[in-house]
Amino acid sequence: MPDKKKITLALKRGASCVGCDIAVVNFSEKLFELIEVADIVFSPTLLDVKYDDLIKMPDKSITIGLYHGAVRNSDNEEFAKIMREKCQILIAYGACAHLGGIPGLANVSNRAKIFETVYKKTFSTDNPEGIYPQTEWTDEKGHKLTLPEFYDEVYALDDVVDVDYYVPACPPTHVMNMQILNLIKGWVEGKLELPPKGSVIAEEKTLCDECPRNPGKGKKIKIDKLRLITEVEPDPEKCFLEQGILCLGPATRAGCGAPCIEANMPCRGCMGPTSRVMDQGGSMLSALASIFGVSENELELSEEDIEKFVSQMKDPLGCFYRFSLPKSLLHRVVQDK
Amino acid sequence: MSNNDDKLNILVFTCNWCAYAGADLAGVSRLQMPTEFRQIRTMCSARVDPEFILYAFKNGADGVMVAGCHPGDCHYIGGNYRTRRRMALLKLLLQQFGLNPKRFRLEWVSAGEGQKFAQVINEFVNEIKELGPSPYRKKQEVRDAG
Repeated sequence: MPDKKKITLALKRGASCVGCDIAVVNFSEKLFELIEVADIVFSPTLLDVKYDDLIKMPDKSITIGLYHGAVRNSDNEEFAKIMREKCQILIAYGACAHLGGIPGLANVSNRAKIFETVYKKTFSTDNPEGIYPQTEWTDEKGHKLTLPEFYDEVYALDDVVDVDYYVPACPPTHVMNMQILNLIKGWVEGKLELPPKGSVIAEEKTLCDECPRNPGKGKKIKIDKLRLITEVEPDPEKCFLEQGILCLGPATRAGCGAPCIEANMPCRGCMGPTSRVMDQGGSMLSALASIFGVSENELELSEEDIEKFVSQMKDPLGCFYRFSLPKSLLHRVVQDK
Repeated sequence: MSNNDDKLNILVFTCNWCAYAGADLAGVSRLQMPTEFRQIRTMCSARVDPEFILYAFKNGADGVMVAGCHPGDCHYIGGNYRTRRRMALLKLLLQQFGLNPKRFRLEWVSAGEGQKFAQVINEFVNEIKELGPSPYRKKQEVRDAG
């Protein structure tokens, strides 16, 4: 239980699309219940505040801080550290802060290549002198201008600061927000204890476990051909994997309420892996490779045939690690001989 | 695993029923093999989760080999059919991660093929020696430090 009747809340974004700020608005009418127990003291998207306001607040004066977005430049890192100093409880809110998210896919490249594409190669760029962003620049009158340093690699929030809780998903759904609301309300009223530090506020099982399309225990799924969701009209009731459509359900944490599945779209894995596995991609790779059917003529298949078979899976890295590359076992792509 | 650049870290997963027995035969036959590799025995090659291999590369492996029974010979009937699907897909993934495909290898070695085990190990170790340490070794050191 906190020491005051009303707690304070701050929201800060890093490398984020601001969708997570909108996810807070998606508390909908329940937002008033949140405001009854918590004052939002800092949120650049929702309130008229400046960064200085946050910096001037005394240390640990904010009860709960929600940081959303990945860490990919020095500004993100600086404010992640400031948030850690000012907040008693720091929550990594959303897939980017939790696992690196979509910005984390930049780990297939590096700073030099990204700068070259963005500031040189794109069709609409006219940069004959090859000028790249500088972190510091002084004009002839002596005015100094600065820009944050762009990192070579994208990090998740807990790579740079200590994080108390994680709220996954891109963005956290209404169902998950309600879970947080009940937790915060119960805690402020002294009825609930907070979960152990480091908890992910969601389920411990995989999405398949709560999926309405799960064909049931003991039923084996076997596919011969992988289909792209863009090529077929999926059956609205049948399991996506049974239809040969890649769905990350077997390797993804449950707790989102499966809104994508309800909208007839397969899971893309934004909730990240469960705590039982080390790597979401490795887990999905096993699941997918295991349902490529074994037939009676298995012995006639050569290794090349198998290679052809599995190479139906285009871009395994991008699909299996769409939201979790910076927190995967290998973190990023490297250059080998 | 060792972070010493001169010493290579080569990991070989062998299944209990075929490849391990094949390796054993290579040993008792006193076939010459390099000493750079370390072996882990699993009950079946299908026990080798792709995560294990990713974990090995993360922790400084320069090359990983998975060896199991020939297709049709699996002690558990179809374990190696799953293995070859998983490992083929893993190979594509590792290539996307930027690793040279030679750093990962899948081989079938029966209990009677001591000679083949020695030959495959010699080939594999020599290939890894040519490639040198894995680029993930340095990346990991940088990440741990900062």
